[in-house]
Amino acid sequence: MNPRSLAPGLSLLLCLSGAALGRDSAQSPTQSPAQSIVLASTTSVENSGLLAHILPIFTAETGIGVHVLAQGTGQALQTAARDDADLVLVHDPEAEAKFIGDGDGIEPTQIAWNDFVIVGPAADPAKAAGGHDAVVALKQIAAAQAPFVSRGDKSGTDALEKRLWKAAGIDPAAEAGGRWYRDIGGGMGAALNAASAMEAYTLSDRGTWLSFKNKGPLRVLVAGDPRLINRYDLILLNPAKHPVPKQALARKFAQWLASPAGQAAIGAYELGGEQLFHPSAAAPK
Amino acid sequence: MLDFGDSYDAATFAHIVALSLAISVSGTAIAALIGLPGGAALAICRFRGRRLLILFANALLGLPPVVVGLALYLLLSRSGPLGRLGLLFTPAAMALAQGSLATPIIVALVHRAVEEPWQVYGGALRADGAGRWRSILVLLAIARRSVVTAVLAGFGRTISEVGAVLIVGGNIAGYTRTMTTAIVLETSKGDLALALGLGFVLIGISIAVSAAAFVFERRP
Repeated sequence: MNPRSLAPGLSLLLCLSGAALGRDSAQSPTQSPAQSIVLASTTSVENSGLLAHILPIFTAETGIGVHVLAQGTGQALQTAARDDADLVLVHDPEAEAKFIGDGDGIEPTQIAWNDFVIVGPAADPAKAAGGHDAVVALKQIAAAQAPFVSRGDKSGTDALEKRLWKAAGIDPAAEAGGRWYRDIGGGMGAALNAASAMEAYTLSDRGTWLSFKNKGPLRVLVAGDPRLINRYDLILLNPAKHPVPKQALARKFAQWLASPAGQAAIGAYELGGEQLFHPSAAAPK
Repeated sequence: MLDFGDSYDAATFAHIVALSLAISVSGTAIAALIGLPGGAALAICRFRGRRLLILFANALLGLPPVVVGLALYLLLSRSGPLGRLGLLFTPAAMALAQGSLATPIIVALVHRAVEEPWQVYGGALRADGAGRWRSILVLLAIARRSVVTAVLAGFGRTISEVGAVLIVGGNIAGYTRTMTTAIVLETSKGDLALALGLGFVLIGISIAVSAAAFVFERRP
């Protein structure tokens, strides 16, 4: 089949199938306007509801729709490297440095921050609660051989967890893979669901934790370690390597997020009276 | 009445349901366009490699959706061979994925449904001077109950599928979020009650479509 004939053919089928999507969706508040960009993002900014809160404001101001792929940092950078997204919103400094160093990304802008927390069962068999040192807490968990859920998905959170274990001088996968150290290969939500069911410890970003609804026995046990700072960076694609056609629209979005209007929108997002993300871009001159 | 919380106002929810149906119906239509004539042709035509094709269609009944999704992802990615179509992360890509999954089901089931009537009526059709296409149409009409079942089986595969549409659709809010991908999302957000509620709605829709087709086909 001629590939060029495929797109209109499929569109026709979609129309014929009776749901009249085009018309319905134009009136739907979440629907994309005429022009849109694809944002590959870490899951936390989407699952916590942040993007659903700020994107309609941007779309109303500019007429640009934003299609969000919530994928986790590793996958989001991969998607962008394959030209399948117009920009990325991620939170793993090392992976970002590599992405930019490889010539894939340009102009990283930190647009928000919050922190990571170590959560675990209220019973706290490892006696890890109350401290402000993430590495000490991990050592205690390992010493107690208490169940720990790892994302294992190359997300930003997963990368930080691996760095913290390294700082603790422990290789939990080699030591206890499958016993108390459980690599679930899933997103933050899946990890929290697993930890909740297994009464296990895990590392979570605060945004996903606060918006998560199946906490069960889990509580925040360790927070406040400077190593647990969580920075969200927006990165544009390098047009020299990725001639994506929506570069100008993507730049507009990046500029808006860093602008006072975008930063105010981020700071205004709250759940149960708690602010989830702190705006952190420098105000433009 | 189920409460879908603030995540799903009426318009958003209606869009998710409409999109699920549109994609599944499109995917099933693609599969039926290939599978009805294809399955019947496998029963009545004699050519080299026919047995291999029949074996192939039956073997692909268990085609893993996640592998189909991945293969389509690589094909449709902007850096892939069909990238310039810009189909990745669109509803069209999802319909294509589901069509790929439903096609072997319809081909295999239609082939079986038409085999017997062809043995019974084949001689008469040939004596009548019927061409291949006319024979196919007549046989599909004779076996229509089994053919409807085949198409419904294809539809069942598409409406309930999540692995492939998640990969090629991206679960984009308001654009490629279907019932199944919304259930995955809500589960990951820990909102198990909402996920289960959406699941019941999905089951209801699936049953309603199948029942409607059944009643339609059985009417006098």
